Amino acid sequence: MLLCDEVQLLRKLPYFAEVDTCKLKLLAFASERVTFKAGQRLFTQGDSGDSAYFILSGTVDFLVSTPDGPVKVSERGPNSIVGDISLLCDGPRSSTVQAEGVVEALKINKDYLFRIMDDCPGMTMKMTRAIAERLRLTSSELDQVRALQKA
Amino acid sequence: MQKTLLRYIWTHTRPQQVFILMIVALSMVPYFLAFDLPKQIINGPIQGQGFEDLSTTQNFLDFSLTIPFTNYTFGFGGFPLDRMQTLVALSSVFLLLVIINGAFKYYINTYKGRLGERLLRRIRFELVDRVLRFPPRHAKSLNGAEIASMIKDEVEPFGGFTGDAFVQPALLGGQALAALFFIILQNFWLGMVAAFMVAIQVIIIPKMRRRLIELGRQRQITARRLAGKVNEVVEGLGTIHAYDTSNFERADVASRLGEIYRIRYDLYQWKFLVKFLNNFLSQVTPFLFYLIGGYLTLRGTLDVGQLVAVINAYKDLPGPLKELIDWDQARQDVQVKYEQVFENFEVEDLINPAIHTLTPASARPKRETLHAVSVSLNDDSGAKVVDHVTLKIDRGETVAMVDHTGRGAEAMAEAFGRLAWPSSGRICLGDQDIRELPESVTGRHISYVSTDSYFFHGSLKDNLLYGLKHAPVKRYAYEGKEMRQRLWEIREAKKAGNPHLDIRAGWVDYSYAALGNGAKEDLQKSLLAALDAVQLTDDVLELALHSTINPDEDPEFATRVVEMRHALRARMNELGMESLVIPFQPDGYNSQATVAENLLFGATMAPLNPDNELLSSEHFYTALHKVGLQRPFVEMGRTVARNLVEIFGGLPADHPFFRQVTTLSAEDISFYQGLLQRKNEPKPANFRLSGADKAFIRLTLEYIEPRYRLGILTSELQDKIVGSRELFYTELPAHLRELIERYDPDKYVSVATLRENIVFGKLSNSNADGILELRTLAGSVSRELGFANQLLKAGLDYDIGAGGRRLTPIQRRKLNLARALIRRSDYYVFNKPLPGLERHTQEEIVQNVLAFLGQQENDPAVIWVLSNISLSRLFDKVVMFDGGAILEEGSYETLEQESGTFKALVA
Repeated sequence: MLLCDEVQLLRKLPYFAEVDTCKLKLLAFASERVTFKAGQRLFTQGDSGDSAYFILSGTVDFLVSTPDGPVKVSERGPNSIVGDISLLCDGPRSSTVQAEGVVEALKINKDYLFRIMDDCPGMTMKMTRAIAERLRLTSSELDQVRALQKA
Repeated sequence: MQKTLLRYIWTHTRPQQVFILMIVALSMVPYFLAFDLPKQIINGPIQGQGFEDLSTTQNFLDFSLTIPFTNYTFGFGGFPLDRMQTLVALSSVFLLLVIINGAFKYYINTYKGRLGERLLRRIRFELVDRVLRFPPRHAKSLNGAEIASMIKDEVEPFGGFTGDAFVQPALLGGQALAALFFIILQNFWLGMVAAFMVAIQVIIIPKMRRRLIELGRQRQITARRLAGKVNEVVEGLGTIHAYDTSNFERADVASRLGEIYRIRYDLYQWKFLVKFLNNFLSQVTPFLFYLIGGYLTLRGTLDVGQLVAVINAYKDLPGPLKELIDWDQARQDVQVKYEQVFENFEVEDLINPAIHTLTPASARPKRETLHAVSVSLNDDSGAKVVDHVTLKIDRGETVAMVDHTGRGAEAMAEAFGRLAWPSSGRICLGDQDIRELPESVTGRHISYVSTDSYFFHGSLKDNLLYGLKHAPVKRYAYEGKEMRQRLWEIREAKKAGNPHLDIRAGWVDYSYAALGNGAKEDLQKSLLAALDAVQLTDDVLELALHSTINPDEDPEFATRVVEMRHALRARMNELGMESLVIPFQPDGYNSQATVAENLLFGATMAPLNPDNELLSSEHFYTALHKVGLQRPFVEMGRTVARNLVEIFGGLPADHPFFRQVTTLSAEDISFYQGLLQRKNEPKPANFRLSGADKAFIRLTLEYIEPRYRLGILTSELQDKIVGSRELFYTELPAHLRELIERYDPDKYVSVATLRENIVFGKLSNSNADGILELRTLAGSVSRELGFANQLLKAGLDYDIGAGGRRLTPIQRRKLNLARALIRRSDYYVFNKPLPGLERHTQEEIVQNVLAFLGQQENDPAVIWVLSNISLSRLFDKVVMFDGGAILEEGSYETLEQESGTFKALVA
């Protein structure tokens, strides 16, 4: 996959929808291409995060550790970004992410991402909106779960 | 040391001085003969005296001598020679005398020089010896650079003076007295006048020189302080920049230089004033002769002949006199220097030389207890830090010392380590005061480690084994020429009062290694175990992997590295992990390596920047043209440039992405931007490339497809690059070929690091955990091969720089501790040796060290001053100090139960 293809894929993310092509290209160029084999971890729950991953191909599983061992809670396919939350809020990883099959990803370094965000004021707004959207989804899901529990 | 330099010289060179004086006296004979000879040649054969007619012959070399008080006369009739023959014979004698005089001069000068150099060697050694014997308190107030400047520069003139110290005054004094005596013989009163004037010179001039001497002393002190200051500036460079005080230091240095200038200028003024006066006085004497002598002659009491004789005799007086006065000045000068140096090294309480006696094996019975009897200690300001402490440490015991308030524990540790001398009370090993025991006992039975550590310039290994070098234990086998050289060294050392211990001998005493019983392998074992205990092994391996070695110096090791390379590859193939590293293969394109690496298929000594000799040579581009890669490379470079300009073009020049994300800088980007905008570059004649095209080629050479992902490195181009390797290399002229070291899977690459040599390829990006996996794999392969130990050995050769500055502070602390662990002692005193380390690591290392020392069969005791009090649970006994006195003493459990203070501190 070439740099320009990566840029096209990145653009499909709501985060980066309105960022200049130049800047996206810079972000893609600054990011490293990594390949994970089936079962390899992108990161582990509890670690501090210094990078996010943009999945180019393959599927990753989200695992949360429970007293009975890790439990898969969700999965994410190509053209999605994982590990972005702990990057933005400087906290530990909330779950373990593991490659289901062979996964190709773009490793986006935290410092580089922040640098580019600084340069594009519009991008921060976009990101806030995307995250707020996710928060809305998550809390409505939570509400449903609670409702189910009470019922 | 003697009070005056003359006495010092006399004490150490008396026989030689007498000898040289006699030689000088002897040399006077041919010297005066040579004076008389020209007259004989001119008067005799040339002017014809005694050769009145052609056939006359004269006897040459005839003499007769009658031995006094006997009637025995012996003589030689001589050879009868005619006029021409006599001329030749006399001239030959003249030549002979010239040669003899020259030989005498040569001999005397070398002899004096040698005498001086030996004395210089003696005095320098004596001063360093004194430095080694300074008491600890005095040592703290020393400035190393000032001491160095004294030993190196200030004593230098002593050597030059030594040869002349007695010969010169004897000789010149004799000449002056002879001249004076001759004048007195001619005329008593005129002689008295001359003697009076000489007396004035001899008395007044040295008086005037007093001030010169004082100025000389000031000059010496200020120059020495300057040396100290310069040293401070160099050592404190970091601090100076951190606090922006460089101008303060500039002002300080400038004012010191001003002071030195003032003194030196003053010195010149006086020096030449004295010279003027001296010249004047010596010219006044002839004036008096003319006036008084003339007057007497006119009055008729003196005849003209006598007056002329006196004046003639006088011309021999000022020369020796002047030189004598100069000698005296030199004497005073060196004397002042001597006193200056002397008073700096004349320290009270110097360590008794007997304490430093060389003792190859210390035969003291072991199993003695170390105890402090009513010890009080003062710090440098005189305040009492330890107050009448009595403490007993038994063999095999581990004792933690902690401070509640004050620094009693630390001070006690210093006293046990003999770094501080008790102001009252004493510390005994067995029943003897450790200050009276020779260092060969205390320095081996007690190992002291503190926060302060000093490392000597050399390799890691030299420093680790430093504590085992007490005495030469293994003689160096000298043969033939080396043997003669060594014997000469010993002879000379003895003559200059230096010890002749052999620095080339084996000084490392294996019998003092921590583990085993004195075999060389035990030392190796102790060294590795000590490194493990302080957790330094990985660091050393890392240092090794990062270093480059010269395969010619250690071909065996280089072969082992290549073996390791093959074993690693074989293991990767076995485990199906061959894709972990893309190896350098002669017939394959390495996608993770740059285009340049693929084309050259080798490593270059210098990085491939525009100033590189290879890239700035026209031959390089011609060779590219020959293999048909010039055009494709220019085109490819243009595409890369277009992309880079697009990506980085809009960024401000100080953006961190420059240099971080790309090797290019903002200027480079705008340079390429300019090149791309330029239309229709005028083409240089024949195959030469324009500067722009060369710049594009440079970009191509750095291109790595997986890194740039521009999709421009087609497989045809890759094949072409691989196919052109050989031809390209042979097309380059020999001097450029030398800059490239080609890859060969079976050969060590000398310009690459050990790691690059082992991996011999590029890590592929197909596995995100590649580095970790490779490291684990390489670790296990190297252990199986026994290569890890060899690698460690290479790491131990790492040069740690002056004072160990090439290591990190943490590494220095660990090294400091490991250095003590390697040597076997009965008592280990650790005075907060690990500041700045994480709590967790600290605890691990304390545990490791206690376990390491516990396995030694000599059952050593450990005294550890802890900054982290909770660690005291690892020790048999805890001693808690409070305000310099022992507050509590007992096992951890007891103290925890019984002492409230201790409990509060641990919690």
